[in-house]
Amino acid sequence: MTPPILSAINAGKVYPGGIEALRNANLTIAPGEFVCLIGASGCGKSTLLRMIAGFETVTSGQIVVRGKEVAGPGPDRGMVFQDYGLFPWLTVRKNIAFGPIARGKPKAGAMAVADRFVSMMGLDRFADSYPHQLSGGMKQRVAIGRVLANDARMALMDEPFGALDAMTREHLQEELLTIWRATGLTVVFVTHSLEEAIYLADRVVVMSPGPGRIVAEERIALERPRDVSSPEFNDIRRRLAALLHADHATEAA
Amino acid sequence: MSEAVEPLPAETAPVRIDATPLLRIVVPVLLLVGWWAETALHPGGLIPAPSEVGVALWDLAFGGINDDAFSQMLLPDLIASASRVYGAFVLAAAVALPLGMLIGRLRLVREMLEPTLQVLRPVPVTAWLPLSMIMFGIGPKSAFFLVALGSFFPILLNTIFAVRSVEPRLFEAAQMLGVSPARLFPKVVLPASLPGIFTGLRLGLGLAWVVIVVGEMTGVQTGLGAMIMDARQLSRTEIVIAGMAVIGVAGFLSDYAVLMLGRKLLAWSPRHG
Repeated sequence: MTPPILSAINAGKVYPGGIEALRNANLTIAPGEFVCLIGASGCGKSTLLRMIAGFETVTSGQIVVRGKEVAGPGPDRGMVFQDYGLFPWLTVRKNIAFGPIARGKPKAGAMAVADRFVSMMGLDRFADSYPHQLSGGMKQRVAIGRVLANDARMALMDEPFGALDAMTREHLQEELLTIWRATGLTVVFVTHSLEEAIYLADRVVVMSPGPGRIVAEERIALERPRDVSSPEFNDIRRRLAALLHADHATEAA
Repeated sequence: MSEAVEPLPAETAPVRIDATPLLRIVVPVLLLVGWWAETALHPGGLIPAPSEVGVALWDLAFGGINDDAFSQMLLPDLIASASRVYGAFVLAAAVALPLGMLIGRLRLVREMLEPTLQVLRPVPVTAWLPLSMIMFGIGPKSAFFLVALGSFFPILLNTIFAVRSVEPRLFEAAQMLGVSPARLFPKVVLPASLPGIFTGLRLGLGLAWVVIVVGEMTGVQTGLGAMIMDARQLSRTEIVIAGMAVIGVAGFLSDYAVLMLGRKLLAWSPRHG
């Protein structure tokens, strides 16, 4: 078996105010795997993702990426934010070239790489546009393109399609799967949509709040492209929904 | 690519006459008419008629009418004032920009300097006039100091605000793309705060024109402010008004040039582009 690209070992996060955002999270992800983290707000799914990214410190346990404990953000783990986080002063092409240039690649080479990913993301017509001139879906394409152009091994995606309309979301889900298959990228994808998680992932990790923790994992064996209206799909959905809602029931009791 | 932005079909509205130029001159024309009516109703009053100011302006520019100490002095005075305005503005910016960036980004510097600056800020430039003349003597140095002071605070405050209000998300984005913490300032803070800094520079240059008259109350021989002060002593009110008009137009043109420059340089910013 290939060594995991990521392992979280009893990883926990307590904020200075004493709020426990995540307790004893154990998670192992293989290279090239597509994993979705799902759960209600406060379940620690974004905290776990941000700890993997290196934006949040780990207060107990550890997170190891490719054999090294995470000590801060790095270009091997590219992040895609729900609110895009594009640099408004750079054109689409230069936003995508930003990472390679930041890592010391000569400008001409970086621009050539950027052009390749501009095309891959279907952004040719917008290469010289600024972010404020783009739709939400276009902005998220740029955000994905810049992570790919930067040779990231892992894409960490924090509800990336949450702010988009349904049509655009479906398009981008499809494209993300195509890119994932073509590149062998490892994807950790946070969502609150059960359907999105089951549609995309090799494995769905279910999390629960109070304190945030991992409560279940489900390997999705359905063949892609998946049919969201098939009985098999709905079986999985029903089972995971029961897990997700179990906490609400106990809270209400 | 369902979300591709297609240009909207051209509007086929009926041809309309653009009334904007008309809207823009209505108020100046009314003011001029009101002024003229006032002076026509009270001949021999203290306020000169628009025509007298027009004649004074002509004589200031080209001479040949009064041939006195003011004749043909417009250009030298304008150049003297403009060089003070731009020189003092550059000096103010040279101090305020780095200082504002330090105050905005470094807590230590902020705690040390901000209280002092906040107390100094409400003191009007006029109040500094006597002290300035003691510190820098009678003449151009004092004028330079006062104009620079007037221009300093808007640049400083806008720079502080601009570098402090950079979206935290952009730091995360840059870091996950491989920018080291030390490089965040040139790669993120500086470009992200340019629109705010630009607003500060624009306000600062505007204020330099506002305080030029006070600045030239320091006993300088040339400049539009000096000209106005001299004319006031001699009760040449038509020259006072002519000087006011020249400052207004010069300040306006200067601001317009800066605005156009900003549109060109900050095309990426929805606020400026």
